Amino acid sequence: MSKDIIAKLKENELLGRGGAGFPAGLKWEMVKSAKAEKKYIICNCSEGEPEVFKDGFILENYPELVVEGIKIALETIGNSSAYIYLRKDYYEKFKSKLEELTKNLPIALFKKTGGYLSGEETTVFAAIENKRQEPRIKPPFPPQKGLFKCPTLINNAETFYHIAKIAKDEYKKTCFYSISGEMENKGVYELPEDWSIEQILKETKNFPEFDFFIQAGGGVSGEILLPSELDQPVKGLRAIIVFDRKKTDYFDLMKKWINFFLENNCDKCVPCREGVYRISEILEKNKIDKQLFNDIFFVLEETSFCSLGKGVVVPFRSLIKKLL
Amino acid sequence: MRKIKVIIDGQGINCLEGQTILEVTKENGIDIPALCYHSDLKIKANCRMCLVEIKGRKGLHASCSTKAEPGMEIITESAKINRARKINLELIFAQHCEECDDCIWDFNCQLLKLAKKYGVDKTRFPNRKKGYPVYQFGPSIIFDSSKCIDCRNCVDVCHQQGVDFLKIKEKGHLFQVVPTKNEKKDCIYCGQCIVHCPVGAFEAVGEFEDVEKPLQDKDKTVVFQFAPAIRTSIGEEFGLPQGSIITEQLVAGIKKLGVDKVFDTSVGADFTTIEEANELAEKLEKETTPCFTSCCPSWVKFIEFYEPEFIPNLATTRSPQVILGGLIKTYWAGKENIDPKKITVVSIMPCVAKKYEIKKKELEIDGIKPVDYVLTTRELAYLFKKNKIDLAKISPQKIDEPLGIPSGAGVIYGASGGVVESALRTAYEKITKTELSNVEFKQVRGAKRIKKAVININGKSVKIAVVNGIGNAKKILEELKENPKLYDAVEVMACFGGCIGGGGQPVPVDKEIRQKRADGLYKIDNKEEIRLAHHNPIIKKVYNEFLNSKEIIHSICHTSYSPKEREVKI
Repeated sequence: MSKDIIAKLKENELLGRGGAGFPAGLKWEMVKSAKAEKKYIICNCSEGEPEVFKDGFILENYPELVVEGIKIALETIGNSSAYIYLRKDYYEKFKSKLEELTKNLPIALFKKTGGYLSGEETTVFAAIENKRQEPRIKPPFPPQKGLFKCPTLINNAETFYHIAKIAKDEYKKTCFYSISGEMENKGVYELPEDWSIEQILKETKNFPEFDFFIQAGGGVSGEILLPSELDQPVKGLRAIIVFDRKKTDYFDLMKKWINFFLENNCDKCVPCREGVYRISEILEKNKIDKQLFNDIFFVLEETSFCSLGKGVVVPFRSLIKKLL
Repeated sequence: MRKIKVIIDGQGINCLEGQTILEVTKENGIDIPALCYHSDLKIKANCRMCLVEIKGRKGLHASCSTKAEPGMEIITESAKINRARKINLELIFAQHCEECDDCIWDFNCQLLKLAKKYGVDKTRFPNRKKGYPVYQFGPSIIFDSSKCIDCRNCVDVCHQQGVDFLKIKEKGHLFQVVPTKNEKKDCIYCGQCIVHCPVGAFEAVGEFEDVEKPLQDKDKTVVFQFAPAIRTSIGEEFGLPQGSIITEQLVAGIKKLGVDKVFDTSVGADFTTIEEANELAEKLEKETTPCFTSCCPSWVKFIEFYEPEFIPNLATTRSPQVILGGLIKTYWAGKENIDPKKITVVSIMPCVAKKYEIKKKELEIDGIKPVDYVLTTRELAYLFKKNKIDLAKISPQKIDEPLGIPSGAGVIYGASGGVVESALRTAYEKITKTELSNVEFKQVRGAKRIKKAVININGKSVKIAVVNGIGNAKKILEELKENPKLYDAVEVMACFGGCIGGGGQPVPVDKEIRQKRADGLYKIDNKEEIRLAHHNPIIKKVYNEFLNSKEIIHSICHTSYSPKEREVKI
């Protein structure tokens, strides 16, 4: 099986489900072909953003498939051992089940106090290596030099779930969507990956009848979309949050976001450390300085060290443009 | 490495595969601003100033962390780049409380130059570091954290030194650079943080406030001495090319300050050489090596605090400034019939740890301190400028007798390897009782952080390790813990490149600048007629006339060490 799993991943065009959407088959191939004495596999279940809870759902309902996916990786990639990198609450909740499933396998559980930063895969390495959690310079990329400078395959829990499905020829090009906000039927839904947001909301009987807007992608880093913009699939972490326009205070919402970034960014680079601080300083006064915001957005987007810094801009820019 | 070609600002440039864009531009004289970049340190890429555009790639890229690739088309200046640099600079200024009058960067300040170039509004944001604490590390270093731009060069260099006294502390939603409170760690006062900080958040104690103090004792005879490394570095403060040899201009400048006598610490180094060569010869004979050099006070402090089990290996010989200071207040004072209490000895040192060294009780001779004040190279330059003395224009002047003429060996003390080379020249002749045909031991020279050599003396192989940077010295100590006979003589200088890269030296400093300063010292040695310490007539004379008993040699030339508790109080 290990011989053709990479071909199968490519055939099925599986993209990583941690948010960046890197082709999984290619990633596996890179780690497999890297020359090294020791390699690592990491299943990332850090799920750090608010309103994103699909990995927790998968661990709750399909832990054996996630472990199965990791096992396939262990068989495919020689001289490897694995970590399941778990958010603190997930660790507490799923520890005994996962320990049972990974018994006698070279798979260790790693508990970390969650963290949005872990969306940047190199910070996961820093955490396991007991260093300050911040991203590293790329290249070298994880398949070349990752955990403890060894070639490392890092995939999200959902990716491993789908890999197990692909191995059994049961993959149906689905995705897990975290759906929340102002609605009746909150929850995680497994639906086709190419469905539009509108389709998803209707299918789950969550399409609002009130004046609304949504945030799509991540619960903080997601883009604001108007009802007229829902004829597209949701990207990134595939969260959909519905807001009632009448009930939503835009400043409160933006303050919630910026405080999240302020608390969770790593403060390594100037634009993200200082830029986020300055945005929060102004928002605290319930003010918006458009020129200043544009300037800070510009350096965040163009000059941040990692993709998380670049992503800070998305929700603010879309909210200001569409709702203010 | 493979040669490749890139295009920078429309111009084809050859470089090596694996080089970063910033390295290539630096080599080709293309100016890209970079604050957190330092060639001594690992790339961090956190200041986001060295931005460039790359054709075919989205966004801006940090040139310090992006490798040049064949055919890559790079743009180093554009409206987009300028805008990004301007905004990031404004964000940086908002975390740097300026105090431009009292700053070691003086007119070399990169921040101010860039602010002007990019039309920065320095006060666009309220300064968030107002009220941040100022720390003092012993008698040597001041750290004003309200000037810190969080680039972490200091934390990195302190880590490279194997000391980790400076660290990052998470505070609220942000971090601060702070000295550790861990009682098992202490600052060794090397001052590498000072010369690696891009914005002057670190300086010597009294760097600007106290420079005139030594000249204010009106009823005293003021004697200055200056270290080997000063003569090829202080010129940089006056716009002279790096590595310029200006010994006699330096003498003239000091005299213009109204100083009574100017002597050369390199003469003190010649005494150190004699005593250390004796210690080495004795240890070789008794087979009690390794023998460690002891003229670097940061190294001594490191041993006393972190590795006291090695105290017996430290040569008891005092450092050059302390021996010369002692001789000035005894031998010379007697000759001149001056009460030693009425003499002020001021040492010009490339070093901030020397400010700590002179406070040591165990160095006093009959209750008198051998040296009263230490000013760094930078401080002397500041004092010159304050008194409108320009070393680039001043007429040279001869140094004073009798403690002004060193051997070549005394001068090369300023570069890593110099102490061991000087000691070898003397020890060789002492042990073999034959003349050295070639006095140069080139194996121990150069910028490499660890240099090893085996020298044959009288049929015996003498194993030598020469180290610069304490982090590297730790590696040698670890080796010695495994095998105590691995080395016979170990020279350690805390600062990169030795004293020419010291914490009291002009900024900026990097590997190339250090090399030029060192080259200057070796050039002086090469031209000297007398290149061995024990051939120096004044050394012979003083040993004949004054240092002629064990007791007196001990009181002027030797010291003792003891395990230390943490000294820095936070």
